[in-house]
Parts: sequence; structure tokens; C-alpha cells
Amino acid sequence: MRDIGGWGLDAATAGGAEYADVRVVEERHRSLATKNGKLGHAVDSESQGAGIRVLVDGAWGFAATDDCRREAVEEAARRAVAIARASATVRGRRAVLAPEAAQRAVWVSPCKQDPFAVSVEAQLGELLAADAELRAIAGVTLAEAQMNFARQRQLFVSSEGSEIEQTRTLSGAGMAALAFANGEIQKRSYPNSFGGQYQLKGYELIGEIALKEQARRVGEEAVALHKAPQCPQTAGTLILDSSQLGLQIHESIGHPIELDRVLGSEANFAGMSFLTLDQPGKLRYGSPLVTVVADARLEHGPGLGTFAYDDEGVEAQRAEIIREGQFLGYITSRETAAEIGLPRSNGCMRAESWNRLPLIRMTNISIEPGALPLSLEELIADTEAGFYLETNRSWSIDDRRFNFQFGTEIGWEIQHGRRTRMLKNPSYSGITTEFWNSMDAICSREHWRLWGTPNCGKGQPQQTMGTGHGAAPARFRNIKIGTAYAGGQS
Amino acid sequence: MAGPRLTMDEARAWLAQARKAAASEPKAELEITAEGGDSALTRFANNGIHQNVAESSVAISVRAQVGKRTARAATHRLDERGVAAATARAIALARAQTDDPELLAMAEPEATTPVNRWDEATAAITPAERAAAAGAMVEAAKSHGLTAAGICATHCSAVAIVNTRGVEAYYASTGAEYSVTALGESSSGWAKASSPRWGDLDPRAGARMAVQKALASARPREIEPGKYTVILEPAAVLDLIGFLVWDFGALPVLDQRSFLSDRVGKKVFGDNVSIRDDVFHPLQSGMPFDGEGVPRQKVTLVERGWVKNLVYARQSAAQWNEKHTTGERARATGHGFGLPNEYGEAPVNVVIEGGTTPLEQQIAGTERGILVTRLWYIREVDPYQKILTGMTRDGTFLIENGKLAGGVRNLRFNQSMVEMLNQVEALGPAVRASGEESFDMVVPAMKVREFSFTEVTKF
Repeated sequence: MRDIGGWGLDAATAGGAEYADVRVVEERHRSLATKNGKLGHAVDSESQGAGIRVLVDGAWGFAATDDCRREAVEEAARRAVAIARASATVRGRRAVLAPEAAQRAVWVSPCKQDPFAVSVEAQLGELLAADAELRAIAGVTLAEAQMNFARQRQLFVSSEGSEIEQTRTLSGAGMAALAFANGEIQKRSYPNSFGGQYQLKGYELIGEIALKEQARRVGEEAVALHKAPQCPQTAGTLILDSSQLGLQIHESIGHPIELDRVLGSEANFAGMSFLTLDQPGKLRYGSPLVTVVADARLEHGPGLGTFAYDDEGVEAQRAEIIREGQFLGYITSRETAAEIGLPRSNGCMRAESWNRLPLIRMTNISIEPGALPLSLEELIADTEAGFYLETNRSWSIDDRRFNFQFGTEIGWEIQHGRRTRMLKNPSYSGITTEFWNSMDAICSREHWRLWGTPNCGKGQPQQTMGTGHGAAPARFRNIKIGTAYAGGQS
Repeated sequence: MAGPRLTMDEARAWLAQARKAAASEPKAELEITAEGGDSALTRFANNGIHQNVAESSVAISVRAQVGKRTARAATHRLDERGVAAATARAIALARAQTDDPELLAMAEPEATTPVNRWDEATAAITPAERAAAAGAMVEAAKSHGLTAAGICATHCSAVAIVNTRGVEAYYASTGAEYSVTALGESSSGWAKASSPRWGDLDPRAGARMAVQKALASARPREIEPGKYTVILEPAAVLDLIGFLVWDFGALPVLDQRSFLSDRVGKKVFGDNVSIRDDVFHPLQSGMPFDGEGVPRQKVTLVERGWVKNLVYARQSAAQWNEKHTTGERARATGHGFGLPNEYGEAPVNVVIEGGTTPLEQQIAGTERGILVTRLWYIREVDPYQKILTGMTRDGTFLIENGKLAGGVRNLRFNQSMVEMLNQVEALGPAVRASGEESFDMVVPAMKVREFSFTEVTKF
């Protein structure tokens, strides 16, 4: 790997790059899925390549190749330089990088049990056992379960002298039961929708998730939803489970704080942000209970946004984004930090793989739990009337991140401090800052969970990134409920 | 870029290497899927190029089938050792399974109708030419005091599928695309286009359109959400329809996850809605075979509102016939995904039959309504009623008395697609269109009555 990095750097600087970095990446993935008692898919993939990023005359160029022989790597470097020269012909602001000391490090993420050392037979056995439990429930028409594992080893070298090798192992698993009957499809997922839970862990995560133990409840709820009444269209008190709150953070805090969006880099695709540069220190983002951090350090937990260094060689940091409701600042790259006069990037540049350019991406964007002991049951007991919603089903937000709408798989009505009837097709909507300012309770640390969102898309060409979101169940007042079905039907 | 990065001869050689590696498994069937190409994308924002990337790669995946078990292993290591290792991993993965009694043997060779979507000129486009096109779009915006953001991209790629039963399918293609957003103080406009041929595209004209939309929608007013007559430009139509077409696969219907689970053969949409899958349409792109190398057929999905056909992978056709013992027997239509997978197949060369009412005429015939340039962040709210939610974006206009009456703040919709496709009042000519939520399609602009907007945002 060091040879490959050196070839790329030398060729880039010889070609005239004033700055260059090379990421040499080796990846391994295993993806297993079952469906209705049979194999869904079984895929094992490996990939390796080099991505070379250069600055020439204040303009960027990037070229990537999966051919790691010297000649091909040097050719990619020369290509990156040629591309940067073309960029310079239509250059906007000259790119300047916030200063960063050269780093030399080797880091390996904690992994108690290597998922690639566990037999595929055992892994498929776990999935099929959960699948059988799901299908044991009459009315379940489709049972799905899956596991995914990835290991990425990356060497980052830069013309400033950094040389950082990181190895990250990620695991994830989940299942879902679908029930089709009488012109209606209902679904329940565990431990989260869209593939389940993902963390920076080894196979030990699969044991913690315990699919089989939860399968009957999941199947029963999918079927029971058919008999549940439709969630009403109203305004009221809302309690979200921690996984849905994690996605709420992702969409209505995580994306708008990306400084590249704020500065217009994503205007054509992912969009911009309502958090204009005059907002830090002024905007009341949320209630005094809302404190949010961007924390890529291992101390925060084994999240999908946990690493030792970002893909510009900046050490992982904890950045306060919102303190007691006050908006403080953004997640940055070296270039955007310099552009708004910050002394240093807070280290949020991440690339999907060797073939993609690093972009500002969420690390672990998490809300701090409540200071006083509070469980979900106690929070519900403290609520006279309202709705408790669990597990995301749909999510949508405008391209400046004001107006959002979320649907969840299941909900319950709360009456006189008790969770009462189940509700189908629940949803809620609002305006980001109004929503966060309405939060009046959040559960405490022992109910806080670091969720993984494995499928965050951004950039052109599009990249998929895993992000982490720590959250505990929380309560919001005077929220619009049921808007997703306001257009008619059901 | 010049010439496809991978050839059929190389694919044959990899298959031979895989066979050699699998010598100890003489009964194993093998399939190689090879994909490779060069792609480049120039991205601009704030009136300058800020990201500019290129990638070259070739990867193969080996599918091994051992009796009634199958699995896939992929690699970028294309020397004999890399191919052998991938083959061994695929066989090991397959061996780890239990038998699937329904698993079919690998596909047999069939003649494919070729399509030619390789353009030497597109393959030869340089970074300087992409930068010049980006510069032209930037200038179009700057000259009106606006800010431009967008992309300009080209690629050339090839895919080969070969197996030990003699399937040899190969497709090489080029592609080009631009997208441009013009931003003003209070508004924005957008345009996008794609083609297999760079020469078909006119980024300057796209930029002019984006500028015109941004200027015409400046200082948008807020209107009450509710049911409106809506004119959806082609990009908005395709992004909605993109959430519908996956349900036209036979396996999603068999699995009862499709909104068509009990609607195949029924009248589901209005008389003026006809949808087909046609990879051979002159405005389409894409390979003329599926993930097993089975030739792709033209399929009428919806005819005058009736759901006529689904698309079938080989495996799904067999399962369909097992379950439906009467009526016409299903046959593979060449729309299957690479195996093994749990989703089956989908139509990906969608053509919606157009009408005779151009966009301008649709506007002129609307007393009060909303013109939608594009939609954003569309998600499925209800899988059976097919309710979708999402936002308007980059050019939303009020129509009054047959004329555009200025921009309106962006709106959130919650709309059943089944309902919408029963409320189509007029269709424009079908054109090739590009959006951001789905793949490119051939679709018309569409005038729809009682389209449901439920909320309004702040801009």
C-alpha cells in the first residue's frame, strides 16, 4: 500500500500539484439474506484501488483506478492533474486548506469476533431461525432477514507528510415481516427498518441484536396492524422511539449542518441549508434540552461515523453543534473551514471508497440524553394524551431542510399516562426549528442508543455513507400528526 | 476514453480461468459478469468548478451453482489468482447453503437483438471539453445575475455475461449528461438532460431554461395547500413513475409486496395511461439482456389503464407457472437481476405513451393550477395505495387563466399514484427525460386534476 501511495504522490507533485493526497483502499464485503425460508442472496465481494486528489492552481482534480500497478497509478495521478488544470479554467474561489499537522498513525477499530471468520453456515442458520419464527405467525406473508459485514483497510498519504493506516470493521443485521391482506400491506422491522442496526463492531453485534428472540413479536405486530385503526389527523403530543429520533436528527440536523451545503456546493443535487452563515451563535435551534454533537471519536461509541482520522487526515473530534438549544456551528472540511475563517477543520471529510472523492459527511451526530433518570415507560406515564411512534417507514424533507414528514411502521395512542390502542399508518410533519423547540423531555443515558444509518446518499457521482446517531426516546408538543394520509384514502 | 475497457474475449478468458479453478467441482456451473468502464464528472457551484473526477475500473463477479445452491463473489483482481480466489469463494458460499429445490439451472444461450449505443465522439470527450460546457452554463447564469451549479458528465462502459452453458451476452455503451440549477435571491430554476451521445445535448439551452425558470419564479408567493390541477413536466413524471415500476416485477407480485398483488389483469388506471418497457426505443438506453444474459423483450405493462403484463426473470416465470396453472404460461422477458437476489426483476426501460397536448397548450388550457418543474425527496408512504410524498423544487409556478402567474413557495405532496393515474387530463409528446429520483425514461408532460398538496415550506 505504501508503494502505491508513494507512486501516486510522486507523480502528482511531479506533474505540478501544489497539494496531493492518495487513499489506497482494500475492502471486503459479505452480504447474506433469506426470504421465506430460503436463500435471498449470498454475495462476497472484494475491491481495491487508489483515489488521487490534487490541487493545481487552486483548483481540484481527482482520478481513481482499480489497477494498482505502478504505471496505472502514475497515469491516474497525471490524469488528476490534467483534470485540475481543466477545473482551473472555470475556477470559482481559489481552494485554500485550513492548516493541519502531518499525522502518522495506525488504527484498527475494535472487533471482538471477526465476522469473516464465522462460518457462512452459522450465519445463514441465524437468519433462517429468525425467518422461521417470523413465518410461524399466521398472517405473515413475507419474511426477510439479512446480515452484512464489511472491512475496509485504508492508507492515506498526503504531500504534507501524513501517513495514516486505518482498518474499520462494520456489521449489521435486521429482519422484517410483511402482511398483505384486504388491499393493505403492513410491515414491522427489527431492530430498525431498512436493513436493521449497523455498528462499527464485529460479529458480536449479531448476538446483541438477537433476531430470533424478537421475531414472533415482530410478526405479531405486522399482522395486528391490519386490525388497528388509522392514525388520526390531528395536532398533539408526540413521543418518538430512539431509532426514529435518530433519523429525525439525521435529516433535520445532520444534513443542514454540512458546511458544503451551506456554501452552495450541493445546490444542484442534495440541496442547500437554512443554516446560513449568520446563524451560528444566534439561532435558537431547539429547546434547552437539545444538545447535539458531531463526535467521530471511539469514546462516543462504535458508530458508523467512528474513525481515528477523516479522509483528509484530520484527527477525529467532538464538535458541539447545538448546546442547550443554541446553534453553534457546522461540520467541515479543511477547505470549507478555511473559507469561513475557522482555524481548523473538525474532520468530517469521508469518501465511500477508493473511487470517490471525500465529501463533508456526518460522523456520529447525536443528541445528548437527559440528565435525570427517565425511561420510556416513565415518559409515557408522564404524558396525559399523545402518540408514541416507532420505527421509520417513510422520510422526506425539502432541499433546504425546513419542512419534513416522517411515517413510522407503528404507533400507539397515549391516554392518561398509558399506552393504549395500536394505530396503523402513523406519520408526523413540521418545520425543523419549530419541532426541535417543542421538545420538552428526553430519556436518560441508559435508554440512549447509537443507531447506524448505512445508506446516506450525497454527491455527484452519488456516494453512500454510513452515519451514526445516538438518541433516546423524546417528547415533542403540539406536533402535526397523520399528515401523510391527508391527501385522501384510508 | 477510447474503446470499451473490456471485451468479450476477456470475459471468455475469465470464464476459462474460473473453470480451471473449479476443476475439483466438475458439476459446478459458472457464470461471469464483467463490468468495466471510464467515467468522468465535472461539477460546478457558485459559478466555478469545485469538484472534477474520473474513474477507471473493471470488475468481475463469479456466480457458482452447485446443485441447487448458488452464490456470487466479486473482485477487481483480474489475474488468474484473483479469478481463482473469487471462484473458490463463490463455491464455498454456495456449499454453505441448504438446497433450494426451485433453483433453475443456468440460462441457455439465446439470440439477442443488438442495440448500438456506443458513440466514439462521446468516448473521446476530454476534461477541457467538459469544463468548457460547464463554463458555458456558468456564463448563462452570470449574465443574468444568477449563480449556477450543476454537472457535466460522460462515460463509456461495457458489460459481459458468460456462463458454462454457452451464454455470451455483451453490451458496450457511452453516455453523457448535464444538469444545471440557476439560483437567484429568492428562487431557482433547473434543467437536466442525458443521451448516449454527447452531441445530442445542448447544455447552453438547458442553462437558458434554468435561468428563465429562476427569473420567472422570483419572489414566490405562498399559497394554501390543497387539491390543485397540476402540470408535471416530464422530469417530475418520471420521478413519480419510478416508484411504481418496481411493482411490475412478477416476484414482487408473488411475494405480495407489490401494489399489483391483486390487480394484475384489472383496470387500475385511466383510459389514457399506457406504459411499456422497451429497451429498443430510439430514445432509450440500457443493455438488451438481463442479469443472466437472457434477451430483453418489449413488454406492454399497462394498456389504456389495464394492467396487462408483468416482467419475468426465468426463476419468477417458473414460480408463476407453478402457482398459476391456468391461463397463459409466463415466460422470461429478460428483466431479471443478477442471481442470487430476492427482488426478481423490474422494467428499467420505461416508455409512457404520450399524447397530443404540448406543455404550453396544457398551461393555456388551465384556469387555475400549478406547474411543477421537478420533484424532490420522494418516498413511499403507503405501499398498496401507492401514496408518495415529496417536495416540489427549482421552479414551481401558479397558473391563472391559462398563463404562468409567478412562482409559488415549494409544496409538499401526499398523493396516491393509483388515484393520480386515474385523473390525467392531458398528455404531451413523450420525450427522453432525466430526474434525480429514478432512472431516465421516455415520458410525457402530464396534466392531472386534484393533485394533493398537504403542506407548504418556507421558500
